[in-house]
Amino acid sequence: MKLTVWTYEGPPHVGAMRVATAMKGLHYVLHAPQGDTYADLLFTMIERRDHRPPVSYTTFQARDLGADTANLFKTACQDAVDRFDPQAIIVGASCTAELIQDDPGGMSETMGFDIPVIPLELPSYQRKEYFGADETFYQIVKALAAEPVARTERVTCNILGGTALGFRHRDDIREITGLLADMGVEVNVAAPLDATPADIARMPAAHFNVLLYPETGESAARWLEKTHGQPWTKVVPLGVGATRDFIAEVQDLAGTTAKPDESQLRLPWWSASVDSTYLTGKRVFLFGDATHVMTMARVACDEMGFEVAGLGCYNREFARPIRQLAKEYGVEALITDDYLEVERTIEELAPEMILGTQMERHIGKRLGIPCAVISAPVHVQDFPARYSPVMGFEGANVLFDTLVHPLVMGLEEHLLAMFREDFEFHDAAGPSHHGGHSPKPLEEAMAGQAASEPAAAEPGATGGDVVTWLADAERELKKIPFFVRGKARRNTETYAAERGVTEISVDTLYEAKAHYAR
Amino acid sequence: MTDASTPQGGGCRNAPVLKERGQREVFCGLTGIIWLHRKMQDAFFLVVGSRTCAHLLQSAAGVMIFAEPRFGTAILEETDLAGMADAHQELDREVDRLLSRRPDIRQLFLVGSCPSEVIKLDLARAAERLTQKYAPAVRVLNYSGSGIETTFTEGEDACLASMVPVLPETQERELLVVGALPDVVEDQMLGLLDKLGIGPVRLLPSRSLDTETAVGPNTVFALTQPFLGETHAALERRHARHIPAPFPFGEEGTTAWLAAVAQEFGVSRERFEEATAAPRARARKAIAAAAETLAGKSLFFFPDSQLEIPLARFLARECGMQAVEVGSPYIHHAIHGPDLDLLPAGPQISEGQDVDKQLDRARAARPDLTVCGLGLANPLEAEGLSTKWAIELVFTPVHFYEQAGDLAGLFARPLRRKGLLKMEAAE
Repeated sequence: MKLTVWTYEGPPHVGAMRVATAMKGLHYVLHAPQGDTYADLLFTMIERRDHRPPVSYTTFQARDLGADTANLFKTACQDAVDRFDPQAIIVGASCTAELIQDDPGGMSETMGFDIPVIPLELPSYQRKEYFGADETFYQIVKALAAEPVARTERVTCNILGGTALGFRHRDDIREITGLLADMGVEVNVAAPLDATPADIARMPAAHFNVLLYPETGESAARWLEKTHGQPWTKVVPLGVGATRDFIAEVQDLAGTTAKPDESQLRLPWWSASVDSTYLTGKRVFLFGDATHVMTMARVACDEMGFEVAGLGCYNREFARPIRQLAKEYGVEALITDDYLEVERTIEELAPEMILGTQMERHIGKRLGIPCAVISAPVHVQDFPARYSPVMGFEGANVLFDTLVHPLVMGLEEHLLAMFREDFEFHDAAGPSHHGGHSPKPLEEAMAGQAASEPAAAEPGATGGDVVTWLADAERELKKIPFFVRGKARRNTETYAAERGVTEISVDTLYEAKAHYAR
Repeated sequence: MTDASTPQGGGCRNAPVLKERGQREVFCGLTGIIWLHRKMQDAFFLVVGSRTCAHLLQSAAGVMIFAEPRFGTAILEETDLAGMADAHQELDREVDRLLSRRPDIRQLFLVGSCPSEVIKLDLARAAERLTQKYAPAVRVLNYSGSGIETTFTEGEDACLASMVPVLPETQERELLVVGALPDVVEDQMLGLLDKLGIGPVRLLPSRSLDTETAVGPNTVFALTQPFLGETHAALERRHARHIPAPFPFGEEGTTAWLAAVAQEFGVSRERFEEATAAPRARARKAIAAAAETLAGKSLFFFPDSQLEIPLARFLARECGMQAVEVGSPYIHHAIHGPDLDLLPAGPQISEGQDVDKQLDRARAARPDLTVCGLGLANPLEAEGLSTKWAIELVFTPVHFYEQAGDLAGLFARPLRRKGLLKMEAAE
């Protein structure tokens, strides 16, 4: 038993959902109690998906236990096949269903479906989300791509590992597809993202595999190599140097000397330009999934001129390469999924910048350290409307902006230093630019705000009328959430001034609220 | 005292109820921790469960405002599942660590989950043992927020019900108001009751352990939330008496709720008018702004929080909307009856859910506004249906007069947006 406040990874069946939701024509029948449907909203809200995840939950309740949970599963399975007409289904159990041991896999195999049924064994009490995604994708490939297929005439490859809720997977796959096209390599199938079960069956036709996300695609890559003799790329093309290494690797695998167009690559000059000298030697701490941390460490160090103050990952499966890398940078690796431990480490190391996940963004806010997000777990902000890859050459350009954005600009930093002694520019104020405000407990910040605002407001625009807040009303105002309080105050004062009311009571406050209600 | 009367065409009290079971697109009761921990500032909620539980709480909380929130999950591992005695020792150790790190904690709730229920981990016994160990500094209670036992808001119900047996006994005639409300709303309510001369008023849950909430045969209680069936039963077992009333949503609902309480306490008509006239007028005015958008629009409720019936009543009667279907996870006649009486006949009342079938009905009806959970909202928007996220109705202050306009506004905004967005090329 371990006390957890925040988690980096969900349970393994959420990983399976990331694969199922990424694909088309596949349905996931999940034996799960009422409430596990919460996971749908990760996809519909964070990723703004316009379809429900293709998941049917059996939704058993206490009264079903020991009675007919198995039957419930069969019904849900049959209904899902009838209603959604999938090309294949995956079936499995969430943590609770694992305990009641109904064997969804065995049951579904006896139901006589004329489509492939792929059972999943995801141990919920040992493993986590990435394992679930990797294992699910592997099982799907193993089940659907077992038959050999003749290699395509032209050189093609598959792109492996893209899932739903992945960090920039949508745009990375498009960017790398373009890069490969520049080299005369066509993409046979990109999977799981946007692939159908029929596409999976065509995967053996490719000459090799490009593994973009080892966390979610490595097992499948290894199996495809063993079964169909498809080699796979070991370099993840994130950053300028890694992209160039990746190109060399692909040239080798594809037997070509064709090079992609570099004319739109800007990071090298942006990093070398005068303004960027202020980046030099900034101490950064990196934390996230292992692949993004390892590739970003190289970008931070070799392509931005930062210094790596510390690094780590939350997925223990990749502890070994992360430790190796940490040794190369002369720092200690932090392998943990304990959020509080990550926060403690960052506090101790006091880096000037964090490259982390959405969770480290919160740590950064509290500690007053700028943070750029480089890895899942994701947030609605990590699904920008614009094209925004982090891999390939355009990805490198995006990374430059991403890493610089939370920091003050070069000249701006000099100006801040120059005006440091002025009362407006005390250290605690921090740069006005982004995020990096000094940490202030909410209560204190609010008290400060209240104290700096005189009880009597400034004269209104209409003339010399002074509006006074009665003590009761002032107290009531403080109960309004701070982020709308300013608006409530202004509205109430305008309302009072317009009516010649000089004393604001609780009633006035609410009269005004009703007046402005929309 | 109130002009809330049964609609001309009759209410929905005796309307046939479509009962469905199948896939439910709802949260489990653990979700209630998100608002309960904010209400009870000296309490910690320790879920004994799986990574899924922790992930749910994190996803439902949406933003991680606090580094160390007053809730957490003791995640069961393979070793805990092997032997029971072990799990109890492990739990004791985690509680020990927690309480030594958080001396500010006065109440600890051990919250059962699906896995802890299935392996029959006896949290009642654990709570008893831990209470003996940590009394009087910390009180330890337990309840189940599991999905196999509770649907979304039933988690709050289970939590409050767990507190009832340990409330001190009183012989005083007191009003007990039950249901977690945001502080600002609670203060408004207390202000109104004070103006009516009703008191002493006690609250469940109270903001901290040290208040004077007690219960006894002379206690009368009013519910501010429609999902408190178990708490209702627990209070009756302590011989308290329920004041049935419509729920205080909108001007009419608030007035009817206050009137029921006022009648119980013999408040004169004049005093009632004096205390409520101004806020009633304000509420009506505020609602009117949103009602312009809502009037004549059709409405479809997916089951979520059990707030559906009272809210449908508010939207139908005060905002002029026409309900097509009103789905609720559960319907308790003792609690929802007064609102069902007032809800104009017509809509399909449904209890429980088979989500795919219900989606078929919604698509066929093509309502102007669909109230549903976050898992369904974007997919329905993509099909051209305007939606209102149901969860906002439990996270936002919506009760009593001063929030009536906000409440109507929550429903009006999606429709206003639909009217505003124009992407076509100019002719």
